[in-house]
Order: sequence, then structure tokens, then C-alpha cells
Amino acid sequence: MSEQGVNRRRSSTVIAILALSAVVLAVANLVIGSVDIPLGEVLNIVAGKGSESSSWELIVTQSRLPLVATAALSGAALSIAGLLLQTLFNNPLAGPSILGVSSGASLGVAVVMLALGGELGTLFGTTVGGYVSVMVGALAGATLILAALVFFSTLVRGATMLLIVGIMISYLASSAISLLNFFSTQEGVHSYVIWGLGNFSGVTLGNLPLFATVIVLALVWSLLLVKPLNALLLGSRYAETLGVNLRHTRNSLLLLTGILTATVTAFCGPIGFLGLVVPHIARLMLDSSDHNVLLPCTMLAGAVVALLCQLVSVLPTSVGIIPINAITPIVGVPIIIYVILNRKKIKYFN
Amino acid sequence: MQTRVAPMLETRGLAIGYHDGKKQSIVMSGLDLRLRGGSLTVLLGRNGIGKSTLLRTIAGAQPSFGGTVQLDGNDVAGYGKKELSRKLSLVYTDRTQAGGLTVWQLVSLGRYPHTGFFGRLDRHDREIVERSMAATGIAHKGDAFVAELSDGERQKAMIARALAQETPIIMLDEPTAFLDVASRIEVMALLHSLAREQGKAVLLSTHDVSQALQLADELWVVTDDRHVLCGCTEDLILSGAMRLMFSSAGERGGATFDMEVGDFCAQLPTDSCRGGYAIECCDKLLSHWLANALRRNGFSTAANSLGTIIAAAANDIAVKRPSGEVVRCTSVSELLAAIM
Repeated sequence: MSEQGVNRRRSSTVIAILALSAVVLAVANLVIGSVDIPLGEVLNIVAGKGSESSSWELIVTQSRLPLVATAALSGAALSIAGLLLQTLFNNPLAGPSILGVSSGASLGVAVVMLALGGELGTLFGTTVGGYVSVMVGALAGATLILAALVFFSTLVRGATMLLIVGIMISYLASSAISLLNFFSTQEGVHSYVIWGLGNFSGVTLGNLPLFATVIVLALVWSLLLVKPLNALLLGSRYAETLGVNLRHTRNSLLLLTGILTATVTAFCGPIGFLGLVVPHIARLMLDSSDHNVLLPCTMLAGAVVALLCQLVSVLPTSVGIIPINAITPIVGVPIIIYVILNRKKIKYFN
Repeated sequence: MQTRVAPMLETRGLAIGYHDGKKQSIVMSGLDLRLRGGSLTVLLGRNGIGKSTLLRTIAGAQPSFGGTVQLDGNDVAGYGKKELSRKLSLVYTDRTQAGGLTVWQLVSLGRYPHTGFFGRLDRHDREIVERSMAATGIAHKGDAFVAELSDGERQKAMIARALAQETPIIMLDEPTAFLDVASRIEVMALLHSLAREQGKAVLLSTHDVSQALQLADELWVVTDDRHVLCGCTEDLILSGAMRLMFSSAGERGGATFDMEVGDFCAQLPTDSCRGGYAIECCDKLLSHWLANALRRNGFSTAANSLGTIIAAAANDIAVKRPSGEVVRCTSVSELLAAIM
């Protein structure tokens, strides 16, 4: 038997389509915005040849290039976090936002921003140290929620129940955030609300290296876990009989999910739906659950969807920018409803 | 002591159980059991008696509560997970999330303990995957998705995955549970021939007593009072061990073990006996099923107080009453209508 000849061809095609879409959307995001810049000029600037207008050059290099990189990396990061949670908890409807990991990260940010930090201006946006403290807060919050989820997963039987526990934890985190807001200064609340809308432009050119390094390292780490992830498709009891070190693997996956979700949340705010939806898009396109191809495709698809949402958010240029979190559900909800309605026909549910 | 192959796995004074909160519940203790290579061993016992716990404890998947499990002369507890996964493979009835993998990919997961960090399969690995699929008769489904398989095919694929793990011992927890009778027999016969041809020690638990007794080389019978009797199938049957499996049910007039049939049978109430018919019939099969119909309806076949049934063929049955009256019937159904 030829091993997976058809499948391999399909995954190459899918990867090619996604990569091409990512490039096209990235360029579109460089061209379109509050000021439209001609494509030729954009390409010149990106190629380092400069431009006739120094303001265009400034916009592209200082604002739009970091924006595109942030959107693509965030999309990939959240999607991978979702995929890891779905495989780990044996539940295709898991994701960082639905399980409360994003809320946990938000709570961590809220503690740093509202309770400890006070004013955003001094802490946030100007110093790398400010970002690092927000990131640490987000990571602590996300890890706290993940630890709680692990604890409850030993007590609660059934994947659906764990989802409900996750939603409850989310509510708790939201209520803690509301309380923090209530007792915080007006400026603190204002900056927190702006942050909470979700925004890929939060990473400045100066902070991009930090953001990109963390995300890229975490994504590479996820690629090293392909083998145990495939074994986990059989369920944890089977994985154990195949020699998987369950505790070690689970801790790695949870830490990785925490880092990915927390880093994106710290910089861009809590961005919903991408983590839940994109793994489904990747699996449906590939027609496979094999993590060897699923991981890279989920990364690419995540970048594509995030760039698409970003593009839509700047389309009504005269009115302003639509918050990302107003767009992700419009993309995500129909897909999730489709998946739920067709779960009997979808292979990875059976 | 049997002088056959030395056991691959042996338990001495093993106690098994589970943690219920902080409390330890011991399910069985003092177990001395053996598994031999080249043999199919079948674990029989009533529901909830602890068969799965026993399998999982022996497989090192959960801790024992006393005694030892010796695997190749070393205690199982001393093996690392990775080392153990090269000695022992398991097939559970768990639902998996593997529907989006092809059968080939599923079976290749069995190579997990043998492949490197990235799980790349070399030519040798691929050959073993193909051979395992061929051995379980699932090779033609290699490119099909697991989600598209029938329950029987899915079970065969899981067994192929265990084979690809190339372990001397394979344990299966109720591998025939969700299968129809044809697939049950097929899977059981497959496991028997795998044990014979590849010299593996195969241990499985099941509720299919009659199939187990036909194909098992050795039995582990868990009795109602939580002892495990271990030995050659026929020796155990002849010693009456099977009755102890459901002894309390037998006392209540429920299932009793029929030595001749080799299965548990319903014990019909004898107090409501309506009297008896003698059967005159040369066809052994016909007389067997006529007796079955009479017994089910509360007649005995030992006395002829009600008359004699003379059967030449299934469609030529006559009832001769003591009065001399003869009723002719063309089926068992008509016969029953005539005598009720």
C-alpha cells in the first residue's frame, strides 16, 4: 500500500494555498488603512528601496509592518494554543477563550494595570519593562486557570462538563476584573477598556523583537511535540501504554498554551474565537488529524484568519477602526455552528 | 506443575484495588497467576468483579496493593513507561479521538516506542505496520479513515496497532464487547492464531463464555467470592470451576453452567412442571430442539405421562396421547399449539 499518497498531496496543496493567502493578506494590510498607499510604493519600502514620500515610509515601517507581524504571529499563537487544548482535553470544542485561559490572562493584566500599576501611560507602551510586567501578570493568570482546569479534569468526567467548568471559571475571572475596575482610577479603567477591545497595533516596532521571539520560540516548541500529540489522539490511557510520559507531556502542553495565550493577551488584549475556530478550519481543509501536518497548517491558517480580521477592521477608514473582537465572532461562530451541526459526518468527531 | 514454556508473566500474592478518595479498597488479593507465550488466556468473571482493575494492575497502569507482578523475571513496578511499552501492549474499549486518522496512521502509532524523537518511520517500521494490518485482515482498509470503520473493523485496527508495538504480551479489555456474534468469533479466532503463530502471550477479558471455552488455552476464572482460578481450560471446566463464577446466581435459580453445552444456561423452574412427553426421534438435532421447546414450556422429557412425540422430520411430527388419539403437526409451533 502506498502510504498516504493522496493525503500528502492534499496537505501540500493546503499549505500552498494558506501561505499564498497569508502573503496576499499581509500585503493588503500594508496597502490599505487610514491612508491608502500604492502597492508599488509599499513593495519598494518593504524591499528597502525607500519611497518618494517619507510619511508613507514612516507609516509602513513604523506602524503597518509591526501590525502585520503582530496579527500573523498572534493568530498563529492563539490557534496553536487552541489546538493543543483540544488534543490534550480530547475535546474539539476546547479553546483558550472558552476554557477561561484568556480570562485568566486578562485578570493577570488587570491586576498589573489597575491594582499595581496605576496609570497606563507610564507603565504601558513606553518601556519594555512595562510590557514584561504585563506579560508576567498575564502568564500568571493563565497558568492559574490552567492549573485549575487540570485539577477539575481529574474530578469531572466528560468533556462537556469540563467546558462548563471552564466557562464558570471565566465568569469568576470576569467578575474579579469588574471588581478591580470598580475600585480603580478612571484613567486605569479607560486604558483597560481600550486594551480589552482587542487590537493588533499594541506592539510597537521597539517591542516587536520581544513579542516575536517569545511567540516564535513557543511555536517551535509546539512542533517538537508532534509525536506525543498524535499519541494523545488515542486518549491518555492509550498514550500511556505507548510509553508517553503523561505528566511531562501534559505539563509541557499546558505551559506552552499558557505562554502563547498570555503573550498575545498581554500585548493585544483578550482575542476570542481564533483558538477555537482555526484548528477546525485546518482539520477540515486537510481532512486529517495528523499533527505532522495539522500543526503547521493551524499556524498558517491562524495567521491568515487574523490578517483577514485585521483587514476588515480597517476597511471603514473614514469612521475609524473596528475592534478585532467585534469581527472574530462573525468569522468564528458560523464555522463552529457548522461543525456542531455536522459532527456526525465530521471524521475527527468520530 | 506444568512443564510447558516458562511463564512470560507471573503474579505472586498480588493484591489489587483502587483508591476511593483517601480510602483504599482492595478488590482481590493473594493472586498467583501465570501468562505463557504462545497461549491465549481468557479472563472470565461477572460484571464489576474487578477484571479491568486486574488487567490494568498487571499491565502496570495502576499500582498494586501488595504482592508482585514478575515480567521476564523483573518486577513490573521497576519498569519505566517506555521500557514497559516495548514489553506489553493494551487494547481498551475507550472511545478515541482518532477518527480523523487513517487506519495506516492509527496502526503506525503502535511504532511509538520504537521510533525517535520526531516519530519518523523508517522502512522497517513501515513493513511492520503493513504486516500487522495484514495479520489482522485490515490491510485493505489502510487508506480508510478510522471514523469510517465498522465496530469490528475498528477493533481489528486497534489490535493491529497493538501488534505493531511488537510486544511479547498483548492484553485486551473486553475486545469483543460491542461486536456482533460473527465479528466476536472472528476477533477471538484471530487472537488465538496470533498467540499460536507469533508466540505471543495474549490475555483478554470477555463475557462470551462459549467462545472463550472453545479457543482459550488457559482460563483465569474470577469466582463470585473474588478468588481467581488459573489453569488449562478443560481442567478448570471438569473441576467445576465455572459454576463458581456465578454461584450466587445459580442458587437463585438463574444462570447455571451446563458442562455439556459449555456455556451458562437458564435454569428453568421445575416445580411448575406440567407433566412429560417422551420423544421418539432418530435425528439427534431434531430431538435436541424438540426437548428444548418442551422444557421451555414447562414439560419434562423424562416421563411419558402426557403421551409420546414421534418425529420423523421437522415438518412431520405426531403427538400420541395415552387415549390413543394421534395429532399430526407440520412444525414445532403447531406441536406446541396442540399440546398447550
